[in-house]
Amino acid sequence: MPSRYLSLWFRHLKTDYTLIRRPALLNKPFVLASPDHGRMVITAVNPFAAKEGVSTGMAVADARVLIPGLEVLDDSPGLTGKLLRMLALWCIRYTPTVGVDQPDGLIMDISGCAHLWGGERAYLTQILNTLRGKGYDVRAAVADTIAAAWAVARYGNTTPLVEPGEHAKTLLHLPTAALKIDPAIESRLRRLGLDKIHRIAGMPRQSLLTRFGNQLLLRLDQAFGRADELIEPVVPVEVYSERLPCLEPIRTATGIGIALTRLLETLCQRLRQDGKGLRSAVFKGYRLDGRIVETSIGTHRATHHIAHLLRLFEENIATLEPDLGIEVFTLEALVVEDVAPLQPAMWSGTTGLQDNGLSELVDRITNKTGPRTIHRYLPAQHYWPERAMTATTSLDEIAADAWSVARPRPIHILSRPEPIIVTAPIPDYPPMLFIHKGQRHPITRAEGPERIEQEWWLSGGEHRDYYFVEDEQGVRFWIFRSGHYAGLNSYQWFLHGYFA
Amino acid sequence: MLIYLVFLYLMSTASKQEIVQQLQREILRLQGTRPSSSGKTDLGLGPMMDAFPGNSFPTGAIHEFISPRPENVAATSGFTSGLIAGLMRSGGACVWVSSTRKIYPPGLKQFGVEPDRVIFLDMRNEKEVLWATEEALKCDGLAAVAAEIRELSMIASRRFQLAVEQSRVTGFILRNQPRNLQPTAAVARWQIKHLPSITEPGMPGPGFPRWNIELTRIRNGHPGNWQTEWQAGRFHFDAPEKTQPFYEELRRKTG
Repeated sequence: MPSRYLSLWFRHLKTDYTLIRRPALLNKPFVLASPDHGRMVITAVNPFAAKEGVSTGMAVADARVLIPGLEVLDDSPGLTGKLLRMLALWCIRYTPTVGVDQPDGLIMDISGCAHLWGGERAYLTQILNTLRGKGYDVRAAVADTIAAAWAVARYGNTTPLVEPGEHAKTLLHLPTAALKIDPAIESRLRRLGLDKIHRIAGMPRQSLLTRFGNQLLLRLDQAFGRADELIEPVVPVEVYSERLPCLEPIRTATGIGIALTRLLETLCQRLRQDGKGLRSAVFKGYRLDGRIVETSIGTHRATHHIAHLLRLFEENIATLEPDLGIEVFTLEALVVEDVAPLQPAMWSGTTGLQDNGLSELVDRITNKTGPRTIHRYLPAQHYWPERAMTATTSLDEIAADAWSVARPRPIHILSRPEPIIVTAPIPDYPPMLFIHKGQRHPITRAEGPERIEQEWWLSGGEHRDYYFVEDEQGVRFWIFRSGHYAGLNSYQWFLHGYFA
Repeated sequence: MLIYLVFLYLMSTASKQEIVQQLQREILRLQGTRPSSSGKTDLGLGPMMDAFPGNSFPTGAIHEFISPRPENVAATSGFTSGLIAGLMRSGGACVWVSSTRKIYPPGLKQFGVEPDRVIFLDMRNEKEVLWATEEALKCDGLAAVAAEIRELSMIASRRFQLAVEQSRVTGFILRNQPRNLQPTAAVARWQIKHLPSITEPGMPGPGFPRWNIELTRIRNGHPGNWQTEWQAGRFHFDAPEKTQPFYEELRRKTG
């Protein structure tokens, strides 16, 4: 997937923030100032003051000459960093990777995020409208590289959305200052008439290097996507992965077992500290011949129980072929979830489906025989016997409805009803006897019919008339006739289950 | 030696009856049967309780149910479900291991088992069933484990017994038409058969499920034969022709 980055530029970050907190300053020129070498120096200017010629770095006394009624407010040190961090944390709703871009911006990795808001245009509009609604004067751009997004956000004068692959073309028409280079180098470039990027983009690298130094080349490469640029996310993405290099290549199952135990101990220790548990993990061995052998496990509930995880992996150790030997082992938790802290049992007793022992049992069986082994059933609102329950693999899912006991239901059911031959007096009376697999069952007691209709919105077919019958020995059956009575020679009776 | 010492000690203090009881308890303990922690376990088996060691249903043990003919299987499942319901009453879960499962979960509700608290393990073959059953029996958070195993060898049953001695889980091994019936380490061997139900004269339809319970082997207990009916969520042992409490109640209500 191609990377996409979004750069946000807050043009008047500090004054916007002041205005949000003090709405009385609306439409008035004001500045923020802090003491420097015994005098008050302006650190932030709002657009009204800037229009009158006030700029940052000017002494407050000089500015007062230009605007007699200028409001001067105290600037607190570190405000910019605090504000940017706060905004970055707020922006995490749009993408998990948000970085602070000092001194006045944010940078976001939006690869694979924009479609959730209906495309990049809608995504960008949403972010800008929300931030502007809060009162921040903000500009933004989306491009394939961090440097290109930065440049277009600040110097671009066409669309803020640079289509994938188009960033090089867009960059060529921007001023060299858009490369975010040292102001000294930038002014030298301008003096030489190299005011646009396209004038230097085609120059030999060696001559650029000797005249302007390494930084310019690096920034050019980063802007055009030839070199990587990193975002330092405000909330680091935790990777639960552990690595164990070995002095000597490991070739025995015991050795692999020891390596696995070590890795599990460190990983589970970290997980426990963070209140997390793993749902799936992969254990890899990097062999001497360059191949990678791996085995993975999954659990039903997030867990950091070392003994349990070790047992799950142990079944698979035999499948790892060490060949000439394994040099490095890694263990990575692929899926991690929060776990409630384990409450020590005050009294021993069964806790039902929430029991950890049960979920560990289910994990062991799933890991050995596959997930189709485990079944749990919840009631479903259907009369049709085959649909009266739904299968679930979760141990935590709670039954939404109660199980119905209104009608007799057998304890054993045949997955396919078996045809039987029946003698029944007149159409809707219960049968007097039936023959199943060559065995006669004279019926002494019967109850029915219980008519169960097909649910036409689910499937077509005949209805069933069920009878609950008991034969001479006391064996109880659930038999049905499919459809209406259709004459003597039709085989439409079936045995469907056994009652206890 | 230990028994002898206990015996000598007791001789000096207690009467003969007490000594015998004390020694019986001691032997039970040495055989691996521990009394359940919460006193006596009564699963509503009424007059059958005398047959069990210490008048308490042996929990934390393996029970073996033999179904010589295919029609007995449903009766056995029904009776076992009634016992499991009693064990699950405290909120535990149950595991049902099988390779040829015919249990219809909504049908369990009638016998007091919450079908959504039963985990069904559908294994591919008998060998996997044995493995899964042993794993399940080791899991001490369960109320009961039911396993449909046709052939149970002495070794397998011994492994199960050792597992439950640790975990205190009660295991029910349902054996459908076993080929050989050699002794196993199970604490009890049962055989459940259908009996024709008894209804009021003139009442249509089948009555309550009625079974003949045969306890053919019980370690330290007394084998026997009982007839029971499953009525309104519990076992009913009174011979129906004598009292029929349910029908009397019904008659009183309906006049």
